[in-house]
Amino acid sequence: MVFGSVFFQRESAMPQLSISKSMTSGESGLAALFAVTAFLCVIAAAKALDAPFAFHASLGALASIAAVFFIINNYYDRPAALPAQEINGRPNYNMGPIKFSSFMAMFWGIAGFLVGLIIASQLAWPVLNFDLPWIQFGRLRPLHTSAVIFAFGGNVLLATSFYVVQKSCHVRLAGYLAPWFVVVGYNFFILIAGTGYLLGVTQSKEYAEPEWYADLWLTIVWVTYLLVFLVTIIKRKEPHIFVANWFYLAFIVTIAVLHLGNNPALPVSFLGSKSYIAWGGIQDAMFQWWYGHNAVGFFLTAGFLAIMYYFIPKRAERPIYSYRLSIIHFWALIFLYIWAGPHHLHYTALPDWTQTLGMTFSIMLWMPSWGGMINGLMTLSGAWDKLRTDPVLRMLVVSVAFYGMSTFEGPMMSIKVVNSLSHYTDWTIGHVHSGALGWVGFVSFGALYCLVPWAWNRKGLYSLKLVNWHFWIATLGIVLYISAMWVSGILQGLMWRAYTSLGFLEYSFIETVEAMHPFYVIRAAGGALFLIGALIMAYNLWMTVRVGEQEVQMPVALQPAE
Amino acid sequence: MTDHQGEFDSVTGRSTTGHEWDGIKELNTPLPRWWVITFYLTIVWAIGYWIIYPAWPLISSNTRGVLGYSSRADVAVELANLDKIRGDKMVALGAASLADIEKDPALLALARAKGKTVFGDNCAPCHGSGAAGAKGFPNLNDDDWLWGGTLDQIMQTIQFGARSGHAKTHEGQMLAFGKDGVLKGDEIVMVANYVRSLSGLPTRTGYDAAKGEKIFADNCVACHGDGGKGNQELGAPNLTDKIWLYGSDEATLIETITNGRGGVMPAWEGRLDPATIKAMAVYVHSLGGGK
Repeated sequence: MVFGSVFFQRESAMPQLSISKSMTSGESGLAALFAVTAFLCVIAAAKALDAPFAFHASLGALASIAAVFFIINNYYDRPAALPAQEINGRPNYNMGPIKFSSFMAMFWGIAGFLVGLIIASQLAWPVLNFDLPWIQFGRLRPLHTSAVIFAFGGNVLLATSFYVVQKSCHVRLAGYLAPWFVVVGYNFFILIAGTGYLLGVTQSKEYAEPEWYADLWLTIVWVTYLLVFLVTIIKRKEPHIFVANWFYLAFIVTIAVLHLGNNPALPVSFLGSKSYIAWGGIQDAMFQWWYGHNAVGFFLTAGFLAIMYYFIPKRAERPIYSYRLSIIHFWALIFLYIWAGPHHLHYTALPDWTQTLGMTFSIMLWMPSWGGMINGLMTLSGAWDKLRTDPVLRMLVVSVAFYGMSTFEGPMMSIKVVNSLSHYTDWTIGHVHSGALGWVGFVSFGALYCLVPWAWNRKGLYSLKLVNWHFWIATLGIVLYISAMWVSGILQGLMWRAYTSLGFLEYSFIETVEAMHPFYVIRAAGGALFLIGALIMAYNLWMTVRVGEQEVQMPVALQPAE
Repeated sequence: MTDHQGEFDSVTGRSTTGHEWDGIKELNTPLPRWWVITFYLTIVWAIGYWIIYPAWPLISSNTRGVLGYSSRADVAVELANLDKIRGDKMVALGAASLADIEKDPALLALARAKGKTVFGDNCAPCHGSGAAGAKGFPNLNDDDWLWGGTLDQIMQTIQFGARSGHAKTHEGQMLAFGKDGVLKGDEIVMVANYVRSLSGLPTRTGYDAAKGEKIFADNCVACHGDGGKGNQELGAPNLTDKIWLYGSDEATLIETITNGRGGVMPAWEGRLDPATIKAMAVYVHSLGGGK
């Protein structure tokens, strides 16, 4: 498989004398399990009550058969012994799943940014909906958010967490097939979720749109992820657990809790895609935003802070600024974030006391968030000059600056008076994107620019000049995007609340929509620049892998990945 | 790496903690003072806020806060304030006849203001927020009215709509002369050119004015009247002015004559209260073309 050769390298086991080869219990068990799953999926596809469910069951059957084939094929190809834990006294790091996730991150990133550009254009020019149900705004919007958050961000987190946990624990990743099950299984979840949106399958909960069967699958994958990560930490060769791993662990555990808490749905039939959530009304809304805000807090913040804590000191070659600050802000962040969700429901049917708690905990969250920013930025002490010469480090540092900006803006917007102006307007969209494009996007780009040469064993990137271009084009795109949304959001908010002296609304809703048009055009232009930057990046990374010079002083004798 | 003594970092003047992971060390920097103080301030502020506002759940209720604040009470106050501004006047508007409103400048201003708001939320999607219309949706700023432009006529159209299905709706539509086989292809071209000539638009070469006029007289005058001046009883447009609902080019006219037309305007009676409909009629009437 040409594709596979990018990710796999035959691991050279220690020379062993005539070990009789046999399947591990993991191999045989998993193959049997997938065979059963394939059988069940075929039955489900045949008896399905609706077409999308039949389609997804068929995908499930195909994927299960492919998995059985892969496991058996791999068994015949592999040496009798499983890859060694150590070679010549140094850990035999497992890079395959990391490479796969890095590749998928770039793929989904570009897909997600492209869909973002399409829906931004649809808002500016509604004719681009083309009256086709599959590509109308309502279906593409969750495709965009899921593709960038869970597909792009998720794969970045998988790749970096598997890399960082091995390196900082000085031990090979736990499990033989398990890490592959996690990365491939997760991307299969994305495939089911994404195609579901296009076919109109959704449980209509923001950032938790996938239906019950996709949720169940994700649960299995996520628990496996937690186990792989935990077992790797448990068998570490370092006395202490590195700060990045606290954040990764908090991210993995909390996302599991949030996912289970927000998705207890009962399917109408186990042969159909539709389900209904266990609770209704305001309880459902509160669960939803407890989940929604902590998807931001633990997926997009804790996980990416973990990335910051490894990649910035590593790239800057400086010690982390303050150990004490990392402890205090970690626990403060973990404790306070989980309460902040109700600020999404200010001035709704949610009881006043709940709104108060959501708002006050958001305010208290300001400094714990900034603790991360301080630790990221101040780690540069003594290395600020590197920003001039290293665009990758510049990207990482600017991401932390954006993190600081959006974690100030967020608490401010949670204040009820401010929220009464900003809520439901484009300001919220601008706020989200200064965090998403500036913080999550840039820290991910910076990490991938570091990780790809390391994982593929290259001396460096194909071109730092292209990274520089990426940096400036994307930064310009972000600035266009968020300033357009600030202006249009505040304009929108002011127009909505304007009364005439006679006591009537000054503007009709449609007039406020018309007023947004120029800003929607600017926003789409900003999004296009961000996408162009990512395309430059994809080319740069591809060339790094294809033609990059091999790093020589490696502890483990590896063959070229070509 | 194992624990070892922290080492001195010459750049910052701090020592490291002695931990090291994959070459990454940590400095023993104390918490920045301003950070700690600001963190405490936000906590103090939050506690103060909890005392003042409803905050913590109890077994069957919650702490009310010393201000006795409630967002429902807040909304009630805001609504009452608005009612104070416009309440009595709206009652007066509801009671007044259209003619009275026309005469009373205060009521007229109120009706226009109210009408503008309601127009934006209900009519603008078809007629445009400036009421300039679009293809198939009449421009309400000119003085060309399909169903009449007096206050009463406008009010009637808003109340009952056109081809809306309401019992009192305006009926009558442009017949599909081509599709129903009444006129043949070349006859339709002829009469389309005749219609163009009525408002002084150029006709195609080979157009026979006498033939066109004859077809028009046989088929169209029943609704559009002699000379195509239109008939507001039937909603038949005046064809001699230069205002076109669907378009004046030959192709569009041929399409209109072949397939007919019958745009729908919904009835607003029952969806909007009588005073609001009255206000909207006054607003539309005031747009520039009211008779």
